[in-house]
Amino acid sequence: MKILVCISKTPDTTAKIAFTDNNKKFAADGVQWIINPYDEWYALVRAIELKEKDPSTVLHLVTVAGADADPIIRKALALGGDEAIRVNTDSHDSFFIASQIASVAKQGGYDIVFTGKETIDYNGSSVGGMVAELLDLPYISLATKFELNGTAATVTREIEGGEETDEASLPLVVSCQKGMAEQRIPNMKGIMGARTKPLKVVEPAATEALTTIVSFETPPAKAGVKLVPADNPAELIRLLHEETKLI
Amino acid sequence: MSVLVFIDHADGHIKKASLEALSYGAALAAKTDGTAEGIILGTVNEELAALGKYGVKKVYQVKNESLNHLDAQVFTKVIAEAVSSTGSKIIVFSNNLSGKAIAPRLSARLKAGLVAGAVALPDTSNGFVVKKNVFSGKAFANISVSTDIKIIAINPNSYPVSAGDGTAEIADLAINVDPFKVKTVSVSKSSGEVPLTEAEIVVSGGRGLKGPENWGMVEELAKLLHAATACSRPVADSHWRPHNEHVGQTGIAIAPNLYIAIGISGAIQHLAGVNRSKVIVVINKDPEAPFFKAADYGIVGDAFEVVPKMIEAVKKLKGVA
Ligand SMILES: Cc1cc2nc3c(=O)[nH]c(=O)nc-3n(C[C@H](O)[C@H](O)[C@H](O)COP(=O)(O)OP(=O)(O)OC[C@H]3O[C@@H](n4cnc5c(N)ncnc54)[C@H](O)[C@@H]3O)c2cc1C
Repeated sequence: MKILVCISKTPDTTAKIAFTDNNKKFAADGVQWIINPYDEWYALVRAIELKEKDPSTVLHLVTVAGADADPIIRKALALGGDEAIRVNTDSHDSFFIASQIASVAKQGGYDIVFTGKETIDYNGSSVGGMVAELLDLPYISLATKFELNGTAATVTREIEGGEETDEASLPLVVSCQKGMAEQRIPNMKGIMGARTKPLKVVEPAATEALTTIVSFETPPAKAGVKLVPADNPAELIRLLHEETKLI
Repeated sequence: MSVLVFIDHADGHIKKASLEALSYGAALAAKTDGTAEGIILGTVNEELAALGKYGVKKVYQVKNESLNHLDAQVFTKVIAEAVSSTGSKIIVFSNNLSGKAIAPRLSARLKAGLVAGAVALPDTSNGFVVKKNVFSGKAFANISVSTDIKIIAINPNSYPVSAGDGTAEIADLAINVDPFKVKTVSVSKSSGEVPLTEAEIVVSGGRGLKGPENWGMVEELAKLLHAATACSRPVADSHWRPHNEHVGQTGIAIAPNLYIAIGISGAIQHLAGVNRSKVIVVINKDPEAPFFKAADYGIVGDAFEVVPKMIEAVKKLKGVA
């Protein structure tokens, strides 16, 4: 069994979101970077669990980023995985990233490609589906459970107002969200071991991006909260009914 | 430009998110001097011609009951064929769960630039630029799409449904449907309740409610308002509420018209999942709770006193005894 987990580097969830260069660039100064939580908590941890169950499993991580992502990749390796591959390029749009991952995946011949549900910076929720299409593989999106029985996978995914359980044979691409696994904290042994795990750097395949970011905007500030006295909740209901007309 | 809107359905009914996508597609066609058409895969119990009132002139149907379930790979091939036979230049999806499964695949297949999570009509004054949500609702990015075919997945609840008159012509599309590689074995839905991602009103509870036994009033208020219920992450992590109610950065992101937060502090990760709500109401006993900064209306008070009184007032308003 060979598993590939896609890892992305994102600003910490508490990072201040601001832009420079005439609102053309994310203001990265002083920003703490983390592994995209969906990649780490759900995709990676589920893959590690599968490897724990079947130690012959080969688990690789892939990221499409410059050398500044190395600490993030090492952090991911501290949780688990045999080696990491970094496609050495600044990332462009989802299609560009997906093309790089698909090219790595093709060479590696993986049975499962896991991605997170989306990254918390660009919220595209697109890379998994694009990789699947480029590899012409089935894709199950927004999965909350993943079980393996030989080469048959049983996957539960979110649907509007509920869940659906699907069956598919490997190879397969799956995007992961809450429910797949529980967050883990790397231990000392993992952190030490990660230092010597292979981190292969490969050059990007020739691809063009399909979209470009022209500029960023921040939402207009809220007008401020209208407070209603605690002894008069009926007034709040009246405002919601008459002012907002929402109830 | 000719616009093709993907019409999503479940249990025989067209989803509200698709009515938004149809309205968006029609407005987009009008703006670019084109026509809007729809495509539906599978069968529904609704009159498709009536979709004309959302501005589409024609609805293509691939009448194959196997398509009442989703296999993104099969759907993508069918839609790609429809795009080439209709000559559509802009494909519109709702960025709902089906849209997230199909639109990226279609983008890769057609090498068509995708804007996933669009919140407005494109600006066509200088190219084709679409505004989308980024950084979990904390900012927007304007994305330029220069490919010949373009795909837009519009966020649910970002574009209003607009209905007028009109009927659509229905055309059967004979497209070969591949065997499914993903087989649906079971579907479970929380019956009777409003699905969280489609709800117009959401009532949400946090750790301030002390324990699962106190959710009765949250559920009662939600029921009266035809709202869905949600919760903060620690509430789901402590198993006070099911995981699928967890909203925020690492849970579900929602954008209802009205979000009522009870006993939730308003941590930045929580706000990331709810900040696209149109109106936010906060009930918290701590006047310093960060949520008040993101709120439109608020009550500084004890939820256990305030919420029952809100319920009384709603009952009075709705004439419920
Ligand atoms: C990487 C990361 C991701 C995260 N993702 C999420 C996420 O997706 N969603 C999420 O929700 N959180 C998330 N969190 C956690 C987040 O930081 C907060 O810890 C969490 O949202 C707090 O939940 P809470 O507001 O219910 O609880 P608390 O912070 O404990 O707040 C309880 C609130 O209730 C009020 N209160 C207490 N008693 C009463 C009463 N009787 N009446 C009225 N008010 C009362 C208190 O004043 C307080 O403001 C994440 C954290 C990290 C680090």
